[in-house]
Amino acid sequence: MSEPILTLRSVATDIGRYHILHDVSFSVPRGEVTMLLGRNGAGKTTTLRTIMGLWRARTGQVLFADEDIAALPTAEISRRGIAYVPEDMGIFSDLTVGENLRLAAISGPMDKARLAWITAAFPPLKTFWDSAAGTLSGGQKQMLSVARAMIEERRLYLIDEPSKGLAPAIVTTLARALKDLKRAGATILLVEQNFALSRALGDGAVVMEDGRTVWSGRMADLAADAALQGRLLGMEGAA
Amino acid sequence: MSRAPEHAPTFTRPPLARRLEPWLPVLLIPALMLAGLVLIPQGSSWLTLTVSGLAMGMMIFTIASGMTLVFGLMDVINFGHGAFISFGAFVGATVLLALPGMAGAADMPANVAAVALAIAAAMAAAGGLGLGFERWIVRPVYGSHLKQILVTMGGLIVAEQLIHVIWGGEQIAVPRPETLKGAVTFAGAALEKYRLLAVAIGLVLFLGMRWLLRATRLGLIVRAGVENPEMVQALGYRIRRVFVLVFVAGSALAGLGGVMWALYQEVITAGMGNQIMVLVFIVVIIGGLGSVEGCFIGALLVGLLQNYVAFLEPKAALVSNIALMVAVLMWRPQGMIPVVKAK
Repeated sequence: MSEPILTLRSVATDIGRYHILHDVSFSVPRGEVTMLLGRNGAGKTTTLRTIMGLWRARTGQVLFADEDIAALPTAEISRRGIAYVPEDMGIFSDLTVGENLRLAAISGPMDKARLAWITAAFPPLKTFWDSAAGTLSGGQKQMLSVARAMIEERRLYLIDEPSKGLAPAIVTTLARALKDLKRAGATILLVEQNFALSRALGDGAVVMEDGRTVWSGRMADLAADAALQGRLLGMEGAA
Repeated sequence: MSRAPEHAPTFTRPPLARRLEPWLPVLLIPALMLAGLVLIPQGSSWLTLTVSGLAMGMMIFTIASGMTLVFGLMDVINFGHGAFISFGAFVGATVLLALPGMAGAADMPANVAAVALAIAAAMAAAGGLGLGFERWIVRPVYGSHLKQILVTMGGLIVAEQLIHVIWGGEQIAVPRPETLKGAVTFAGAALEKYRLLAVAIGLVLFLGMRWLLRATRLGLIVRAGVENPEMVQALGYRIRRVFVLVFVAGSALAGLGGVMWALYQEVITAGMGNQIMVLVFIVVIIGGLGSVEGCFIGALLVGLLQNYVAFLEPKAALVSNIALMVAVLMWRPQGMIPVVKAK
C-alpha cells in the first residue's frame, strides 16, 4: 500500500445542533481507489462534504498531502487538487453541457485530448453538447457530473454514489470510466452502495456506522468475508 | 480510455409547443404592443407612447438588472438599492451642473461628453457606496432575509439623510443638455430625443450583459453561482469575490439608472430611488429571480403597460403594474424566466 494522500484524524462534524460525525479516522493511499461504505445515514456524504469544507469539522484533522485543510475555504481545498462529485450531481441546469465542462476546467481552456477521452467514455455528452444540462436524463446528468470532475487531472477525486438510481447500462458506462480513471493512476475516494461495483473498483475499503469509522482494510478481504459484510453492512445473505 | 458500450440516448426531441414554451414571455411584448395599437385610436399616439414605454422600461431594466443578479446570486433582499439610484442621480446631476459650458452648449459632442462624464461619476460613486454597503451592512446578515430587510431599509434611510446633508433638502432641477431637448418627428409622431437615447443605452446594456453572461468565464461563474453557489466553490472559484463584484456592478448600474431617470424627470429628490423601487421590485419578481432576460422582458412590459394605460384610463395607471404582477404570478408563480426558486 502506497503512502496516504489524504488522512482524517478523529474528525467530528456537527450540522446545526446535530452531531453527525463523532470520530472519523482513515487514510486514502495515493493511486488507489478507496471505497467508503456503510448503511444509509452512516455519515459517508457528511465525510466527503467535511473534506471539501462544505461542512466544517468541529474537531480533528483533515490532512491532504500533509497539509491540514480543515479550516480552508472550499475553493482553496478544490484548488489543492481535489475534485468533487456530489450525491445530487450538482450540475448547472441553465448551462449547456459544454459550458458545464468549460467552467470545470479551472486552469484554462479544456485539453482537447482529455476532452476526446471523456466524450469517448460518455458519448451522450458530445451528442447534447449544446443542450441545457437541465434537459438531460438522470444518467446523462450523472455522466456530466463525473466528466466535470475528470476534465482536468486532479490529485484526488471524491465521488458520492455515482450509481444511485441509474439504469444498469448507465452504471456499466460509469464503471468503465471510473476503471479507466483508476488505470490512469488516479486516487479516488468513492462512496457507493452497490457492493458489486465496490468490489470491482475498490482497492481499499472504509466502513462507517453512526458517524464513526468501524472498519478499514483491503477491499478483497471484505469481499471474501461474508460474515464481515453481514455484520458491517447488513447485507442479507452475506452472513 | 475505452469506449462506452453503445446505448440509445434517452433524450427525445420535445414537441413544438414545448419548445416554444420558454419563448412565450418574449411574445408578450409584441402582443402588448399589438393590443395597444388596436386600443389606441391614432397610430402616431401609439408610436409616441410605445417609445416612451420602451424608454421607461429600459431605465427600469438598467436599475433592476443588478438587483436581480444580487437577489439570485447572493440571496440578498436589498431594500437599500434605492439609495444607489438617488446617490447616482445626485452625483451625476452635480457633474452636469458643474459643466454648464459642455451641457448647455448646442453642441452634440460636448453634450455627449458631459453626459458621459456624469454617468461615469455616478457609476463610480454608486459602485463605491455599494462596496461599503456590502461590506458593512449586508455581509453581517447573509442568510437571514428578515435581518436583510431591516438592515438594508435602515441603510437606505441613512443614505437618504446623507443626501440631505450633502445636497440639502430641496429638490434639484436637472436640465437636459441642449441637443437632447425636444423631439424628432417620425410617421407623424413626436419622439423625444432623450427617450430614444434611453432606449439605445438600455439596449446596448442588455446586449452587453447578455454577452458578458453567455460568452465569458466570469459570466459562466455568475450564472452557475445563481443556481448553485456551493458547487461553484467546489469547482475552485472564490464565490465571495464574485458576490462583491456583482454587488458593486449592480450598485453602479443603479447609479447609471439614477442619472438616466434624473434626465428623464428633469428633477431629483433624495427619495426618488425609494419611489422607483416599487417598479423595480415588480420587475424583478415578474421576470424571475436571478434572470437578466426575465428582468428585461418584465421591465419593458411594465413601461409599455404604464404608458398605454395612463393614456387610455389615467386612473387605472396606478394599479396597472400590480395587476400585471398578479397576472404573471398566476401564470408562472416563480416569474417568467426563473433561474432560482423563490425560497
